[in-house]
Amino acid sequence: MGNSPQRSWTGKIKRIRTYMHGWAGNILVIDLTKKSIEIEKPGLDIFNRYVGGKGLGGRYLRQCATLPWDHPDMVICIFTGPLTGTISPTSGRAHILSKSPLTGLVGDSSVGGKLATRLKRAGWDGIVIKGKSKTPVGITIKDNRVEFKEASGLWGLDTNAVHKQIRPGNASLASIGPAAENGVRFASIIVDRHFAAGRSGLGLCLAQKKIKYLLVDGTGHSKVKNPKKLKEAREDILRLTAASPALMGQFGFTCLGTGAVYDLMDNRRMMPTDNFQRTRFEHASRLNAAAYAKTYGPKKHGCLGCHILCKKIGTRNRQSMAMPEFETMSHFTALIGCANTDLVIKANERCNCFGMDTISVASTLACRREITGLDYTPDKVLSLLDDIAFGKGEGKDLALGAKKYAKKMGAPQAAMAVKGMELPAYDPRGAYGMALGYALSTRGGCHLRAYPISHEIFRKPVATDRFSFSGKARIIKIAEDLNAVVDSLIACKFTFFAASLEEYATAYEAVTGIETSAQDLLKKGECIYYNERIMNALNGFDANDDDLPDRFFTEAGSSTNNICIPPINRDVFLDARKKYYDIRGLTINGMPLKDKAQTLGLLWNNL
Amino acid sequence: MEQLVNKYANKLIQARLGLNSGPSQPLIGGLDDTLVWNRKADETRLLENVFKELDINSLVFLKPREPYGSLINFLAEGALKSNGLIQPKDCETRTFLHDLPVIKKFCAGQIIQVLKKRKSVIIAPGKTDDNFKGPAIVAHGMVSPEQGFVTISSVCFASFIKFFTDYLEALQTGLATADAHDLFDSIIPYVKPIQKKMPEFIPSPFPTEETVYSAIIEAGQKTVEYELVDSYFGNVSYFWNETLYISQTGSSLDELGGCIDPVPLDGSTSAGLTASSELTAHLATISHTRCKAVLHGHPKFSVILSMDCDPVEKAACNFKEQCHIKCPQKRLVGCTPIVPGEVGTGPFGLCNTLPLALEQANSAIVYGHGLFTIGKNNFSDAFRTMLEVEDLCRNTYFEKVRLLRKT
Ligand SMILES: [Zn+2]
Repeated sequence: MGNSPQRSWTGKIKRIRTYMHGWAGNILVIDLTKKSIEIEKPGLDIFNRYVGGKGLGGRYLRQCATLPWDHPDMVICIFTGPLTGTISPTSGRAHILSKSPLTGLVGDSSVGGKLATRLKRAGWDGIVIKGKSKTPVGITIKDNRVEFKEASGLWGLDTNAVHKQIRPGNASLASIGPAAENGVRFASIIVDRHFAAGRSGLGLCLAQKKIKYLLVDGTGHSKVKNPKKLKEAREDILRLTAASPALMGQFGFTCLGTGAVYDLMDNRRMMPTDNFQRTRFEHASRLNAAAYAKTYGPKKHGCLGCHILCKKIGTRNRQSMAMPEFETMSHFTALIGCANTDLVIKANERCNCFGMDTISVASTLACRREITGLDYTPDKVLSLLDDIAFGKGEGKDLALGAKKYAKKMGAPQAAMAVKGMELPAYDPRGAYGMALGYALSTRGGCHLRAYPISHEIFRKPVATDRFSFSGKARIIKIAEDLNAVVDSLIACKFTFFAASLEEYATAYEAVTGIETSAQDLLKKGECIYYNERIMNALNGFDANDDDLPDRFFTEAGSSTNNICIPPINRDVFLDARKKYYDIRGLTINGMPLKDKAQTLGLLWNNL
Repeated sequence: MEQLVNKYANKLIQARLGLNSGPSQPLIGGLDDTLVWNRKADETRLLENVFKELDINSLVFLKPREPYGSLINFLAEGALKSNGLIQPKDCETRTFLHDLPVIKKFCAGQIIQVLKKRKSVIIAPGKTDDNFKGPAIVAHGMVSPEQGFVTISSVCFASFIKFFTDYLEALQTGLATADAHDLFDSIIPYVKPIQKKMPEFIPSPFPTEETVYSAIIEAGQKTVEYELVDSYFGNVSYFWNETLYISQTGSSLDELGGCIDPVPLDGSTSAGLTASSELTAHLATISHTRCKAVLHGHPKFSVILSMDCDPVEKAACNFKEQCHIKCPQKRLVGCTPIVPGEVGTGPFGLCNTLPLALEQANSAIVYGHGLFTIGKNNFSDAFRTMLEVEDLCRNTYFEKVRLLRKT
């Protein structure tokens, strides 16, 4: 349709009214090479099967799963779920997927802000972007009007500056910063200034296609089949979250943000310190959420439509700033050996501006510290962040992530990563479900796929023994399925510290009019997760990759008189992993099985 | 897994919901890669099919002992005549279970259908099945057999509360059936008066932090031992050295060792993140009343009486569907106020109503939920109050029934 170079190109696409409830029924397919837009209208059966978010996005990703991440035909999927845009609690998150430049695995991220709600209101269940623009481009979507805007003038700007220039108002703005433009493998996408789609390097995926930003606004409404029933489901969910100390308690996420976890990790002796060489940081008690609250007087902020509002915006000297999430607080202190809240705030701000993942960058810095033996001053940390984002000096190597950096430095054992993704701030020696969850996660060292912290630390739905692998294989499998469908519905994982699929199944029925149950939804989650396992297998990943760094099996954590943190027993770990493979329906080498794939109704390629 | 299935089978017996021999023996299966049962039983074959169809890691099966068996049967028969659901109005059901589905046949297919949606299913064949004597409850867990244990314990509690509240209301409205009278009379022998002999408590003042922990553990154990709470629920706290020591969320009051969080009043740490969901209510109570000990249980007749409301007044009340959050009446049992409020810190949270009530009295009942009592310096006072209030509620209840039945 369009001929570049052209300052901008507008397409208005005629949409046929659909009679679905929950889903808009329309998926926008953008080809940047051809500068064309198309509309895809999968049938209700496809929507119901893949649900939305991670599930539906995964369906599109599967079609190009074996391509290199930077191939022009590789897709970037941005999806909402059937619950998005309704009053279903915490449904305002978007799920973004592509192949990860950091790991080569499925790369995906759940992101907050307004993006999902605006996209849904514009009448789209999701966007699939393929092709590659020659010059920097911004994509604006307002209802059924799609516009490509020349964005060379914005290239090089940080995400805050982009926000100031575009002034999105009510629209949602997702943009990349210099980190992505300069090839940082763990570059993130920043949504509505404060929300990062982090971890897998999705920012670099956008940069590769020369997309600087995405601006989305919508004026429509989601259709709900049974509003009364939805209201009841909502009340049930709100009642459960109100009963959750971790979410709505006075020390919970609603008051202190995810930083509330900091003291708990210290108390349980599972705070990764000195690049996971220890699990206790002596200065922790003055670096906790209470310390930030005192200095920055944070206010509640969060995703559109959320009642928990775990994001915190603080102020100092009349400047407002996002408070760091727990992982950032922990990794920019204990992990790298710095005891300075001011540094954490600045590092967090810089990472958001440059658009890069705080966990990965801090872990890579911790890896550097272990290898070189050089301690950090706050100034050194900040200048290294600049070097990484702008590809200067040793920043070029650090921008590859801990695994590649450590290998280059001749010390691969110093990378605290699983499948190339740096580990977050829960030491696996203090929670064995977490150990298994990290090792098996389809996107690498991630705590969110199985989120065993819920029962191992938060005691929900009931407490499990954190120092035991007993029962954990099945628990992890079920939890992965659960979170896969949660990322598809969409809801926020935090809600599941309190509510369950039981209540969300009612919400799903109320919104879509399709009968379902908690167990039916779990089954959908199983398909979604197995599909990811297949994609990773197609790219050569197997049991050798489902493992933890040696350190956790050979070195003890920081014990106290009451809490003993020994190294993890490797044999017991491998036994639990074997059980997991069996329960998940994989070979002993972690490979998918044809029969299992077919039972789940998934496409099968010979591996 | 073996250890867990045995632990929760024993807990069901300790909680007087099951027996260690005969048909009320609990049956618990736990599954990781292989399935283990706490004992051999005929039912396992059918339940194994349930495991095959559901993504779960545990099932608890129990034919509850008396009085629960009879009253669940009664409620189940009523449910089967209408929408197949028992719908208790107490807080545990409202918050965690929503409703209690009932089926007629001990059949894997039907059990699976219900457990796909809900945490439990009641099987009540009545007199129709000679091979399977009901009622039985099946509940599942995805993380631990503890979930099934908690669910079954809640189902029994909720059914007990529902039968006794319904019966009183039926008497008040003249709608009590002969079956209800018969059942009431037949289960009375199982509803024993509470133990009145006060136990010994560690005397205050507590010299060390260790003593505080011991005192809290002891108070929790005694509350369960005297049947003032089913063990998973309830909470206990003590204020010492500018710090509130409180039981953790989802901890069992009879197993509080290692499950107590210290929460300093200056807010310098958020380690209280895992504290009881009623932390805010406890903190506010301490500051409103200057007491040191707070005890919270779910003694049954306190809960039952909190839901008793004159049917004529209730019919005219604007909030009759929202008693648990909006009851406008100032109601008392003896000197103990009854307040509305939901679990936790929501807009209708009991943290907004309870501390004010405890300013006026050293005990307060939360509508359909449970009893909170306070002790100025020690648990002994709080415990005594709890016994006294429950005893009063029990006597008041039976007196009301006696008078109504006379007319
Ligand atoms: Zn309670």
